[in-house]
Amino acid sequence: MKIRISFSIVLTYTFLILGAIIFITPFIFLITSSFKTPAQIMSVPFRLWPDPWRWQNYVEAFRVQPFGRYYLNSTIITSLNILGVLISCTLAGWGFSRKYFWGRDFFFLLILSCMMIPGQVTMIPLYIMYSKLGWINTYFPLILPSFFGSPFYIFLIRQFFLTIPDELADAAVIDGCSPFKVFWYVGLPLVKPALVSVTIFTFLAVWNDFFSPLIYLNSPQKYTVMLGLTAYQAEGFTHWEYLMAASAIAMLPVFVIFLSLQRYFVQGMAMSGLKG
Amino acid sequence: MSNIRRRYLRETLTNYAFIAPAIAGVLIFHLIPMVTSLFLSLTRYDVVSSPKFIGLNNYKTMVADPLWRKSIFNTCYYVGVTLPIRLIIALIAAVLLDQKVRGITIFRVIFYLPSITAGVAISLLWKLIFQPTYGLANSLLAHFGIQGPAWLGDPKWAMPSIIIMMSLNIGQFMLIFLAGLQSVPTYLYEAVQLDGGNRWHQFKYVTIPFLTPVIFLNIVIGIIEMVQMFTQAYVMTGGGPMDATLVYVMYIYQRAFQWLEMGYASSLAWFLFIVLLVLTIMQFKLSGRWVYYESAGGRR
Repeated sequence: MKIRISFSIVLTYTFLILGAIIFITPFIFLITSSFKTPAQIMSVPFRLWPDPWRWQNYVEAFRVQPFGRYYLNSTIITSLNILGVLISCTLAGWGFSRKYFWGRDFFFLLILSCMMIPGQVTMIPLYIMYSKLGWINTYFPLILPSFFGSPFYIFLIRQFFLTIPDELADAAVIDGCSPFKVFWYVGLPLVKPALVSVTIFTFLAVWNDFFSPLIYLNSPQKYTVMLGLTAYQAEGFTHWEYLMAASAIAMLPVFVIFLSLQRYFVQGMAMSGLKG
Repeated sequence: MSNIRRRYLRETLTNYAFIAPAIAGVLIFHLIPMVTSLFLSLTRYDVVSSPKFIGLNNYKTMVADPLWRKSIFNTCYYVGVTLPIRLIIALIAAVLLDQKVRGITIFRVIFYLPSITAGVAISLLWKLIFQPTYGLANSLLAHFGIQGPAWLGDPKWAMPSIIIMMSLNIGQFMLIFLAGLQSVPTYLYEAVQLDGGNRWHQFKYVTIPFLTPVIFLNIVIGIIEMVQMFTQAYVMTGGGPMDATLVYVMYIYQRAFQWLEMGYASSLAWFLFIVLLVLTIMQFKLSGRWVYYESAGGRR
């Protein structure tokens, strides 16, 4: 019996390691390519390890394209989106979790049903609206919507607020708290895990977003990181070594956040399974 | 009495103050654009001049449009192949990660990596991997004496290349499977064992029936997500070669923002909307037949 168990463990590890190799190889290839010279990248036969390691690629990548600028732009857009989503979705989530009031369930269902509308349907009228407002090639289209709530995050945060008993909020009111203070001091501290999940999702969605910057931004100075990456190959010949270095830097914050907040990430991701 | 009523009114108004931005958001960014889009789909509109009402002409044009058919075929090809591959890989990964062995977190992180980084950076990386002369893919194949194809440059291989890349994007499927696996009561496994069943029997008669709702959930989520694929095709092939990777959303993008045919593009988008809606409803109806729900007490 004992031999059988250890056999199954060996089998499990074999498959796990085999899978891990398949999944991680592209990333190793990314890192090693980012340290190669153009000649090494194009060398046939193929060599995985750079020789010598060319660290300048990472400096050059910032020189051939204003990548630092892209990084700053993305940071600004992402931070403001997170701020917007946190403000609007906690407010709405709190409002919808309160004792029944006229219209509460109607509006909640209305907001939830908007998750069914694919972005491709709304993007054209929104684009036209922004262009009439003269907001093309500005950050307004990329930031403003976050301050008006997002159906799924409202749903998620409301679920957490629902666990707070009415008595707790009532007690605070009796103690003389204004409605906003009840929300701020009683509600918010109790939903921190949800806020972390929402922050991570918003960060990933906005940082990795390609479509909105693509249609709304024209001048290279305003590009985000992901849009900027495509600029490396736009000039006829692709400098793969710079492109790979820039890609590695573009992914870095995603890795850091994912690795450090993995627990929240998994939790939120499992919950987002409810989305369908 | 009026005191209570006044209090109720005040509370209601306060709550509306909390939800007001979200209601405004739903109107401005979802509902009004949705209705506008439906209207635009009945017009010819190039942003510069004002929209010209042409009835259902856009939809008639669409049905006869060879590129529209091509984009539907490409999207079905992509979803039809990627979905089952992803489901199988994700299920195997989830079963492996469900084992109580040391260091499982590291493996979970690794299996998840392609999913969180999916997008432009990863697409560019795979573009280099699929580079015909010095890319990783053909270098590996050459190692085994196989002459690899031109991948993204070959109309026959461009879509399979994207499918290979996207097949590793299993993060969400895997987590949902894992949650499903953890909900299977262990006494059922023991019962199979007592009846003389082996590991395979346990998997076939306990795990799979328990997982059917989860498999179903993954299929619905997966289709909705995959049908909307755009970034990868845009970055890796731009829809080519010879429209081999012109997926549906890519086609909407081209019509709307490159050809500035906002009316026609809106009708394309509405078609997608209706298909997704029908698919969701249909799958939920069908699910009752083959999905095992514990609360329903077995197959219905």
